[in-house]
Amino acid sequence: MAIDQYLRKRFFPHIWCAGCGHGIVLNNMLRAVDQLQINQNEMVMVSGIGCSSRISGYVDFHSLHTLHGRALAFATGVKMSQPNLTVICPMGDGDALAIGGNHFIHACRRNMDLTAIVMNNRIYGMTGGQFSPLSGTGITATTSPQKTIDREFDIISLSLASGATFVARTTAYHYKEITNYIKEALQHPGFSVVEILSQCPTHFGRRNKQGDATEMLQRYRQNTTSIGSEAKQKNPELIERGIFRQETAPEYCAEYAELINRAQQS
Amino acid sequence: MEKPKVKEHHIKRSWCKGCGICVSLCPKGVLELNEEHKAVPANASQCVGCRTCERMCPDLAIAIELEQEHETTD
Amino acid sequence: MRQRTEFIQGNETCVRAALYAGLDFFAGYPITPSSEITEHMAAHLPRIGGSFLQMEDEISSLCSIIGASLTGHKVMTATSGPGFSLMQEALGFAVMTEIPCVIADVQRGGPSTGLPTHGSQGDVYQARWGTQGDHAIISLTASNHQDLFAMTVEAFNMAETFRTPVVLLLDEITGHMREPLTLPREGEIPVIERLRTSVPEGVDYHPYLPREDGRLPMSDFGGKHRYNVTGLYHDMWGFPTTDPKVIHGLIHHLMDKIENHAHEITRYREYYLDDAHTVLISYGCSARTALHVVTSRRRRGEKLGLLEIQSLWPFPAELVRAKCEHAHYILVVEMNMGQVVHEVKKAVQDPERVYLANRVDGEFITPTDVRNIMRLVHGRGV
Ligand SMILES: Cc1ncc(C[n+]2csc(CCOP(=O)(O)OP(=O)(O)O)c2C)c(N)n1
Ligand code: SF4
Ligand code: SF4
Ligand code: SF4
Repeated sequence: MAIDQYLRKRFFPHIWCAGCGHGIVLNNMLRAVDQLQINQNEMVMVSGIGCSSRISGYVDFHSLHTLHGRALAFATGVKMSQPNLTVICPMGDGDALAIGGNHFIHACRRNMDLTAIVMNNRIYGMTGGQFSPLSGTGITATTSPQKTIDREFDIISLSLASGATFVARTTAYHYKEITNYIKEALQHPGFSVVEILSQCPTHFGRRNKQGDATEMLQRYRQNTTSIGSEAKQKNPELIERGIFRQETAPEYCAEYAELINRAQQS
Repeated sequence: MEKPKVKEHHIKRSWCKGCGICVSLCPKGVLELNEEHKAVPANASQCVGCRTCERMCPDLAIAIELEQEHETTD
Repeated sequence: MRQRTEFIQGNETCVRAALYAGLDFFAGYPITPSSEITEHMAAHLPRIGGSFLQMEDEISSLCSIIGASLTGHKVMTATSGPGFSLMQEALGFAVMTEIPCVIADVQRGGPSTGLPTHGSQGDVYQARWGTQGDHAIISLTASNHQDLFAMTVEAFNMAETFRTPVVLLLDEITGHMREPLTLPREGEIPVIERLRTSVPEGVDYHPYLPREDGRLPMSDFGGKHRYNVTGLYHDMWGFPTTDPKVIHGLIHHLMDKIENHAHEITRYREYYLDDAHTVLISYGCSARTALHVVTSRRRRGEKLGLLEIQSLWPFPAELVRAKCEHAHYILVVEMNMGQVVHEVKKAVQDPERVYLANRVDGEFITPTDVRNIMRLVHGRGV
């Protein structure tokens, strides 16, 4: 397979459940790296804690499996100290936006050249199916037997408002988009966010009567649409997929290099 | 574009967890789960080499080998 | 050439020393009484091409310097109690992953927001046991700028030698006090550089396989060896494991690499101990007061001595025991409700000889405070 060289094969089969969307993200993320022909010695993957975060153990890059919610904080130090490295941070939705929410918005604001991937399964997978800040209302989880009353974040609006300069969303069903958006994000000279809706059949699907992995994937096909499509106009409930922002702004490490120049001249 | 000829379906039995995604999403009904819940190319001759199974397998268990390997870009 | 002497704050002294030790990456979040460290870093680092980050909190400050250490840099963060509390999880991560870094905690009155602008020594046990689980830690302190400079350099040296976070426990009083500092010349204090692996590219490199001498050569992230770093129990390649044998080995390694080298880590000063009947034991700002009491009493012929501890963790129990062997009274002078005093009691024979002389109202402990307690101890009333 084209992506074999990026895998630490001795750890397969991986720990994720049968049908877990996180594996599809891994599968198609590596294709982006492969197509860009990034030198593995220059790739760093930094993850937090969660099912999603176990991804860093499976890739043959420099890999840093850190603390719940703190991937972006560690990644900021890695990138700032060695700006030539390509740094990618896959995170769970709880990881990125509950415990790590503050680091997330500040990373967006700083616009350091990091690629954040939010593997959004709307649930805390690793700890056994508690609701997350992405679950939204009316969801059954182990901590919401009466269904959630908590409203959810919109990762896209949050990223845009916080200043991320590349923002995209797709789902585990749309594998070509996963590869394409991650490719764009890796090449983007600034902070990128790629949200990928990723099924957790074990906890989210089962408790919310969404069927098995395939049915959950079909649901992503049915309830999403491309940005600005006609379908969206007809049915505002549809979730939009696509690139919401792609613009350049001063990148943090580049700006810091300028700051050093000024300090050394004066 | 001319239909690519598929040489082989490489399926790593020990990696496959039998989730059935490849079986359901294959447009040509090529794949089945055997009695051990492992994916097998039961109707290999029907395969059109679209690689949906390869790309959608959460366990990275499938690789489609085409007659003339050429880079896919998408 | 005459050496340069400057009249500066303890916090700035710490910055000068860190740069002397080769620091080139700092991240921090403002908090009294440590902010001057962060501010001076912001001023100095760009001039030498180093990196300075003001992060969104103390958690990310420590996390980011750990990331930078992995790419091969000497790194530091600085904070005070509330921020040090936030750092505890990441401190444990650095312990577990054996990543060199230095954390300065300029202590103020606690718990909670406590007394932001007043001195305290209440974080001694937090430095030791703040992060969860069994572990070993190195913590250094100093009572004057010249020693503070040396201890800061030592903190970086020990972080590299033992692949561990080192906590520099300062306090508001030494941090904010100004006194002359004679800047050491280049080479005057040895500086230890990172031990990097000599394993060539393409050969299996084991980031967590100690050499015979217990040291673990590192390989920079971005370099030729790709490996995994995790806060989970891990094998010699850095991959998660639940193998009881490996777990047993790792926890013992993490403890032993420091506890078994306590004698190498021990730093102290002693004054008039040879014939002392009453031994004062102190550290940090309190040691200034203790020294004043000892020297003034000695002039009057009283047999007082002082053991000033500079390496608080691992606690130099053997040293304390030896130095206190002939003492009739042992008085621990510290600005908390009694922390080091417990360690001293554990260390010495006949712990009933050990007394605490403390002050916890935010004011700097005075010679009179110590003398009053000493009179009580000596049975002379106040
Ligand atoms: C400080 C801290 N709090 C809580 C946990 C427990 N914990 C581990 S993973 C996790 C949530 C996982 O959910 P998510 O981030 O959405 O990722 P997923 O497992 O669904 O991929 C939690 C709460 C922890 N490891 N550390
Ligand atoms: S619990 Fe959910 S998120 Fe975790 S591996 Fe299983 S399916 Fe994936
Ligand atoms: S998608 Fe992969 S894991 Fe699932 S049944 Fe097919 S080959 Fe097996
Ligand atoms: S390549 Fe396409 S047609 Fe062939 S087995 Fe896979 S999904 Fe079916």
